[in-house]
Amino acid sequence: MALSEGTITPRLYLSAQTRWRPAEIVFWLATLLPYFFFPNYLSLASQIAIAALFALSLDLILGYAGIVSLGHAAFFGIGAYAAGLLSKYGWGEPLSGLVVAAFAAGVVGYATSFVICRFRHLALIMLTLGFGLLLAELANTLGWLTGGVDGLQGIHTWKLLGYFSFDLYGRVAYSYALAVLFLLFLFARRLIHSPFGLSLRGIRENFVRMPAIGAPSQAHMRTIYTIAASIAGVAGALLAQTTETVSLDSLGFERSAEVVVMLVLGGTGRLYGGLVGAIVYMIARDQFSGVVPQYWYFWIGILLVGVVIFLPNGIVGGLAQIAARWSRK
Amino acid sequence: MSAPALATRGLSKSFGSLAVARDVDIELPKGVRYALIGPNGAGKTTLINLITGMLQPDAGRIFLDDADITALAPEQRVRRGLVRTYQINSLFPHLTALESVTLAVCERTRAARTWWRQLDAYPHEIDEAYEILTALNLGTACHRLTRELAYGQQRLLEIALALATRPKVLLLDEPAAGVPRDESKELFAAIAGLSSDITVLFIEHDMELVFRFATRIIVMVGGLVLVQGPPHEIANDPQVRAVYLGKAPARVLEPRHG
Repeated sequence: MALSEGTITPRLYLSAQTRWRPAEIVFWLATLLPYFFFPNYLSLASQIAIAALFALSLDLILGYAGIVSLGHAAFFGIGAYAAGLLSKYGWGEPLSGLVVAAFAAGVVGYATSFVICRFRHLALIMLTLGFGLLLAELANTLGWLTGGVDGLQGIHTWKLLGYFSFDLYGRVAYSYALAVLFLLFLFARRLIHSPFGLSLRGIRENFVRMPAIGAPSQAHMRTIYTIAASIAGVAGALLAQTTETVSLDSLGFERSAEVVVMLVLGGTGRLYGGLVGAIVYMIARDQFSGVVPQYWYFWIGILLVGVVIFLPNGIVGGLAQIAARWSRK
Repeated sequence: MSAPALATRGLSKSFGSLAVARDVDIELPKGVRYALIGPNGAGKTTLINLITGMLQPDAGRIFLDDADITALAPEQRVRRGLVRTYQINSLFPHLTALESVTLAVCERTRAARTWWRQLDAYPHEIDEAYEILTALNLGTACHRLTRELAYGQQRLLEIALALATRPKVLLLDEPAAGVPRDESKELFAAIAGLSSDITVLFIEHDMELVFRFATRIIVMVGGLVLVQGPPHEIANDPQVRAVYLGKAPARVLEPRHG
């Protein structure tokens, strides 16, 4: 943002950072387009909204606190199984399912955060990877509970708010996923603009310096890790409820890697990066796998390499740069 | 006599066979301006690392206002008012100067624990950060990213971050390192102008600055406190002249490493 120095008071400057920008309003209005222009793609749209929520939760730890995780799907999976099991055993009310899923993923997130917050860099990546693999194998072994490789069957999601039943076209599913995404986005947006959010950026920028300004970095990291785990759990629950099935790959390594790719494509640490990344990734996957079903990863690879080389701050970062150059002219 | 602001008793630390701190006893009365001098490798920065808890001592105790803080974590020591700066800038490159100092203020007031209210709900923290920056002549640069600041401004930001924690004891590790001479005088004038409630210990190589701004001087050589006293005594001490001020005989006593 181009601001002439000294002409704006610090209070105004910092509150200006939190103001809604026109591009943000356009973005959220655009999320309504599928209803009018792509009514046959509403199921895909709801998948995208779920992926976006998952990527948003990863951005909170990776983009803001610098915690690189290769096992984030663990929380997605816990949320999915929690909501799925709840429904299978007789309680299919969707909203309370989300709460249970958030709680389950949050508890596991909080427990593991005590280990996570002591490490950085490669050790952290390996730890999260290890936790993820462990949990995936556990879910596989506990076939009686999770359904193993066959997936969790017998989920029935009740009507949303007791009124809207989930239809075949995915109209309700998309509305539901989009509404939850938007509400949790508002929550995340508020969080990153809070004093706590500033501390997270401090941890990302200079972890070593934080204790020297009296910051309890480890406590901060535990808090954000728990919050991000809960949000990932909600994303998983949405998938379980809208597809009425949970498979082992919901907490597999591939899903963990996929969400990192989405976030990097969109741009880390910018709130919208995960959302835009999820849109691009999911649409690319849908289109490419339609053309050459076996090789769609090839194209995703090209996309990833291209973005990393030419747009080091991701698609959103690149767009922001172009917009900044435009406004300076 | 009131308790010293900061004291160490028998502080020792070795890296393998290299003793970097040997039985260090220092005592800083409240409000003094102490200079810590000594040749390269004398263990000055190590002493700061030990006092602030960035390093664990092998033996010895550290007291802040008579309270034993040896077992406290670094951030807990900061909370109690024992704060340091770094010889090599250790800042937040992609935060603005204002954001950096606001961050430090919010950590002190514990506003940093709240994630359900936005920063604009904390105008006092923001104002305080801005006042600190203004006092250090950084007011006009406060919206610039740290990495875009001039080097001298970054050195000042180091001090601003420390001040935001409201220190009782401030340990400055070569605050003017790498700053041109005329700017370093300004920097030290700012340090001299700090509230007399703050006890300051600074490491500095420029003897002119040391003798101008220090009320007492500690001389370290090879991890050992050689002598401490007021500037005129230090200037006339034959031992100090030998190891530090007079360059020629210093070789004898200088530690072999670094």
